[in-house]
Amino acid sequence: MSEPRRTPLYDRHVASGGKIIDFGGWALPVQYVGIIDEHKAVRTGVGVFDVSHMGEVRFRGKDAQAAVQRLVTNDVGKLVDGAAQYTCACYEDGGIVDDCIVYRHGAEDFLIVVNAANAQKDFHWFVEQTKRFDVKVTDESDDTALLAVQGPNALATLSLLSKGASDGLASFHFRKVKLAGAEVTLARTGYTGEDGGEIFCAPADAPKIWDALLAAGVRPIGLGARDTLRLEAKLSLYGNDIDAEHTPHEAGLSWVVKGKGYIGEDALAKQKAAGLSRRLVGFVMQERGIARHGYPIVDESGAQVGVVTSGTTGPTVEKAVGLGYVPADRSEPGSILTIDCRGKKVRAEIVKGAFYKRA
Amino acid sequence: MSNEYPEGLRYTKEHEWARIDSSSGANLVTIGITGFAVESLGDITQVDLPKEGETISKDQVFGTVESVKAVSDLFAPCSGKVVKVNDPLSDSPENVNDDPYDEGWMIQLEVTDLAEINALMDAAAYQAFLKDQ
Repeated sequence: MSEPRRTPLYDRHVASGGKIIDFGGWALPVQYVGIIDEHKAVRTGVGVFDVSHMGEVRFRGKDAQAAVQRLVTNDVGKLVDGAAQYTCACYEDGGIVDDCIVYRHGAEDFLIVVNAANAQKDFHWFVEQTKRFDVKVTDESDDTALLAVQGPNALATLSLLSKGASDGLASFHFRKVKLAGAEVTLARTGYTGEDGGEIFCAPADAPKIWDALLAAGVRPIGLGARDTLRLEAKLSLYGNDIDAEHTPHEAGLSWVVKGKGYIGEDALAKQKAAGLSRRLVGFVMQERGIARHGYPIVDESGAQVGVVTSGTTGPTVEKAVGLGYVPADRSEPGSILTIDCRGKKVRAEIVKGAFYKRA
Repeated sequence: MSNEYPEGLRYTKEHEWARIDSSSGANLVTIGITGFAVESLGDITQVDLPKEGETISKDQVFGTVESVKAVSDLFAPCSGKVVKVNDPLSDSPENVNDDPYDEGWMIQLEVTDLAEINALMDAAAYQAFLKDQ
């Protein structure tokens, strides 16, 4: 095992008391003070996450839009310059390569931001699958730092730091702004269930932007709270809730399956027509116990019928919650599941929608 | 607090501590988890403990601690009968984070033979053990 890679903010994390762990090959802070405390800071104020480990792939050229559309399930044609959309990339069989966000910088200039753990795999897949297009595909991950500023006070803080930077910036839109003396791209996106922005900048500029944010009262937040925040908001995590074995339809992501001509279109259309055999559902534990990734979901006889993909105690909802795949005929909200928590059978109720919704 | 390892306690490789109290005549042993365990687990959100009257044997899993991050088993440092359980932990599991050696205690056992406890590490040996981890 080689040394985990460091982001441009590694020294800042250490200086802020971050507890550094190896996070899929990256040395990143799991927490600074505590996960619950940091989680609540994002729900009630504003926090910043270093997500520079995420991957960025640039598509430039005459066929940039067609190439991106070939790769992703959502309708790229709906994007205008300065707009972004959440989407999936799929294999021919409909299994998910990754979930990602597509940013349209121009008619011939698109950026796809992908999960850190998939960055290499995705880049090779993207290059391989777009060979017949007139497009240059570049891995810009090493040239890009990414900071997520999230929470009810996030946009106001960003506008204060950079005169009106976020004023009038609609959700899933982005613009170039100046922040702490640096040219950055500010997008109104995030992964916490809160309002907020994500700042793309040059690695060399990341520390001074980080410092400016902290000086403005923004709390540094570790990846532990990122996980509890996204789970309360019922946002999927690749490798936990979605993967090559499951399709966007099964994962409850049919709303991003709107494009035409993308890889996996036939398989997804067939699956939709035939009806789903399993679905990803959210559940709240009805008894003491916390479901964890990989715990079996069982039927009345104890036979496994599904699997938990994520689970924790939601610090804001103050309930043990989770996600898991269950047979479609057991997926109705209100249904009771039985989860085998290391030998102990614990009841959970399927609930509709996110566990946490911001006011 | 969490990097402190009080003298007079005994420690296990599974990061439990045990405190002997023989003042009442019976051998009572109070058990909890160490500052190191608390530090590794992070915020604790549920503690599941046995019921009073249950008998547990050394190295047996007698309960679980759930943190925001993960679940972890509790291993009995010695054999004995559960005479007291720290019930407030079911509503205030954060007491384990805040005060692992006092308010965060977990169970009290009545034991017949203290040899199992006396064979465990003392504070200095436990800290030496942690250094090698």
